[in-house]
Amino acid sequence: MRHFDVAIIGGGPAGMAAALGAREEGATVAILERDVRLGGILNQCIHNGFGLHYFGEELTGPEYAKRFRDKVLADDQITVFQEAMVLSLTEEKVIRAVSPTEGFIEIEAGSVCLAMGCRERSAGAIALLGTRPAGIYTAGMAQRLCNVDGYLVGKEVVILGSGDIGLIMARRMTSEGAKVKLVAEIMPFSSGLKRNIVQCLMDYDIPLRYSTTVTRVTGKERLTGVYVAPVDDKMRPLLDKEEYIPCDTLLLSVGLIPENDLLSGTRVEMSRLTSGAVVDEYRQTSVEGIFSAGNVLHVHDLVDNVSEEAMIAGRAAAMSAQGRLPKGEFVQVMPEKGVRYALPQRIHKGEGKVKLYFRVDQVYRGRTVVVSCGGEIIRKKKTLVMAPGEMQSVEIDKSLVTGDLTIYTEEA
Amino acid sequence: MRYDIIVIGGGVVGTAILRSLSAYRAKILLLEKSSDVATGASRANSGIVHAGYDAESGTKKAYFNVKGAALFPSLSEELHIPYKQVGSLVVAREDGLAALRQLKERGEKNGVKVEILSREEILKLEPNIAPEICYALYAPEAGVVSPYKLTIAQADHAVVNGAEIRLEEKVTAIVPQEGGFMVRTEQGSYFTRYLINAAGAGAVEINAMIGEETPELTHAVGDYYILDNKESGVVNTVVFPLPDEKGKGILVAPTADGNVILGPTSRRVPHEEAEVNAVTAEGLALVREGVNRLIPKVNLKSVIRVYAGTRTATGKDFVIRESDLYKGYFMLLGICSPGLTSAPAIGEYVAEQAAQALSLGKKGKMLPLPEHFRLATAEPLAIATKIEEDRSFGRIVCRCEKVTEGEILRAIHSPLPVRTVDGVKRRVRAGMGRCQGGFCRPRVMEILSREWGIPLSEVRLGEAGSEIAPYEVKDGYETL
Repeated sequence: MRHFDVAIIGGGPAGMAAALGAREEGATVAILERDVRLGGILNQCIHNGFGLHYFGEELTGPEYAKRFRDKVLADDQITVFQEAMVLSLTEEKVIRAVSPTEGFIEIEAGSVCLAMGCRERSAGAIALLGTRPAGIYTAGMAQRLCNVDGYLVGKEVVILGSGDIGLIMARRMTSEGAKVKLVAEIMPFSSGLKRNIVQCLMDYDIPLRYSTTVTRVTGKERLTGVYVAPVDDKMRPLLDKEEYIPCDTLLLSVGLIPENDLLSGTRVEMSRLTSGAVVDEYRQTSVEGIFSAGNVLHVHDLVDNVSEEAMIAGRAAAMSAQGRLPKGEFVQVMPEKGVRYALPQRIHKGEGKVKLYFRVDQVYRGRTVVVSCGGEIIRKKKTLVMAPGEMQSVEIDKSLVTGDLTIYTEEA
Repeated sequence: MRYDIIVIGGGVVGTAILRSLSAYRAKILLLEKSSDVATGASRANSGIVHAGYDAESGTKKAYFNVKGAALFPSLSEELHIPYKQVGSLVVAREDGLAALRQLKERGEKNGVKVEILSREEILKLEPNIAPEICYALYAPEAGVVSPYKLTIAQADHAVVNGAEIRLEEKVTAIVPQEGGFMVRTEQGSYFTRYLINAAGAGAVEINAMIGEETPELTHAVGDYYILDNKESGVVNTVVFPLPDEKGKGILVAPTADGNVILGPTSRRVPHEEAEVNAVTAEGLALVREGVNRLIPKVNLKSVIRVYAGTRTATGKDFVIRESDLYKGYFMLLGICSPGLTSAPAIGEYVAEQAAQALSLGKKGKMLPLPEHFRLATAEPLAIATKIEEDRSFGRIVCRCEKVTEGEILRAIHSPLPVRTVDGVKRRVRAGMGRCQGGFCRPRVMEILSREWGIPLSEVRLGEAGSEIAPYEVKDGYETL
């Protein structure tokens, strides 16, 4: 059994930032990373656009990861277990893992920070109809094969879903000589960033159809085509308007799911809205000493926000291990009108500022975001455009918090 | 090349026959047109070991079902395959008691342990059963098995005992000759003294090559859902509705590997479409309706895969016999449900027939099939020791199912070697979990590419033409 103040599960952007945050508070840190190197999904995101908020400059994914990785690897108080897959986690903060170099690993930590990221929703999870040929991939899988392995999955492409990885891959495959025939999005809006729709689709004349889905696929060994159809307001396909598009590739960008499977043996309270843990402003879960940050907590659209969030969690995890994390009375944060979820879901009463992150449920123009406490408005913020694909935030003053909070939008 | 016996078809029946034959002193070969065994009906079915109350007494179905089911407990240990004797329930509403009694009688005639349960007794086994269900026929000896793992293990065990298997060899012609048959494939010609047609949906074409008439075969496609293993608590036994003329109906059951299976439907398709296996919206809707009548609590949000499988039937009973036209030509036709359950018993029977015809003697003892380490079910100490011994067992490739590189390497280099991503998946479950290969597929491809010395672009999902990443990125592009 090895001992660390803070054990971090996952060495992607969240895990690395959490480690640096914990080090700022003087903790000893272990990172358990399942891949051969730190960086997580950033290592396959060779496009630019990372770091605008956090570093004030535009970096590629690997460059963004390197900034954190260099600092982590230079710190001798951070032990990195590579190719280490965690098998179990208990509420007593005992972690069991395996790695080819260390064998069976047992770690006891003062506190644990979850930073496992998320996975892509699969063809099975959306019950894709038709045959089961080669040629159907999640966008991230195609991205890995392209950017890490150097192989292209196909030449004539339809993309289902307009999540950011799908949009990025539309451009990536086009630049490799593939023809992206259509991006079909079942919702009347995209879950991706506006800038990605502009830079990855519009700039390349790739058509994007909203309220449209793939109804079935054809082909025995290799995909030969897909049927697409518009959907009604209950998302049922209008089959009389079905259209066949010959293609050899279908990429799926139909949602990301926080990978919280490790928590099944614990009593960590989960949110049905985010599929991540319910946390307070320190990103502490309902189990004392277990923290959560990054895409395992809720799916982010910008890595910059992940880093910021994980820094908070890392610092707090260190303080928790050292027995100096403030405790006290909670209030709840409840999303209402127009707000799909808000995070953290609970806040301690006290002093200082807290940033509330939230997502809206549809595209809103010229709305005001309101935070109220017991009927009293404690914060108002005017916005130009809010889209479900772009995480919003509003800062509040804790000293104004006397009871449960609601956050909602209203006409300006 | 000369063989004593050739088996055509690497499904659960063909490999069962091959395995039983490998106990005899004979030169034997199995020819399979696909890239792996278990790619037809043996891959996509419900995986149920039926107790044997359903088949009409005196039929081959009843005989082989009961005999086959009895073999499973020892066979699953010998072949190290997942099998659980979970029992089965045929459930009925208030008005279904008479039909259940009929089934019970049939079961007793077939020598099957069955009893009728009241609602209170059902609830002890299935707390989530639909409120309308009043009675059930309980068969405690029914079970679930992984149908493809059984097929694969039978194939491996046969190879360990000297049998030969040639994959991707589609039979194109059969020429009767003095003392046997010349079997031609796209790759070569093989002479055999005895020939067994176990080609499943393709048995018609094989029969036609030799001029043997085939009774009309019918093909029914069934749609299935597979649920995440976190739903495994929702059902404990195999739960069927009352059977009708189309078959045993849409069931809810745990799988031998810990998931939940829902289905199948039964859609008649023409012979040309027997191996297309497309899932339809109507089919899935029927499954949902059927499941709702059994266990409405089933959570369809936890679906991880939908698929379709085809079963081929002929008339009411299996056809298992030697040809009248040619001595030494043996046919197995329409081995639909309970074909999986029957397969081990059919294998023994057909092997005996062939051995008798050729006066073959038995070998002493069969060599055992070695059992492989599986991290997901191993104890910490065993894991530590194993990684110490071979580092690749500490490298987890498939996160959802906790499959290590070592397990994948063992599978690739098993007695019947594996060259495809689907082949790896069926053996070790890499890619069968909740992310469906989202993370591990490129890694499995990399391992296959390395082990077989082929570029990644040639790594296939399954059959020829199913290359997963067939093109290299533009020249001059630098990878990470």
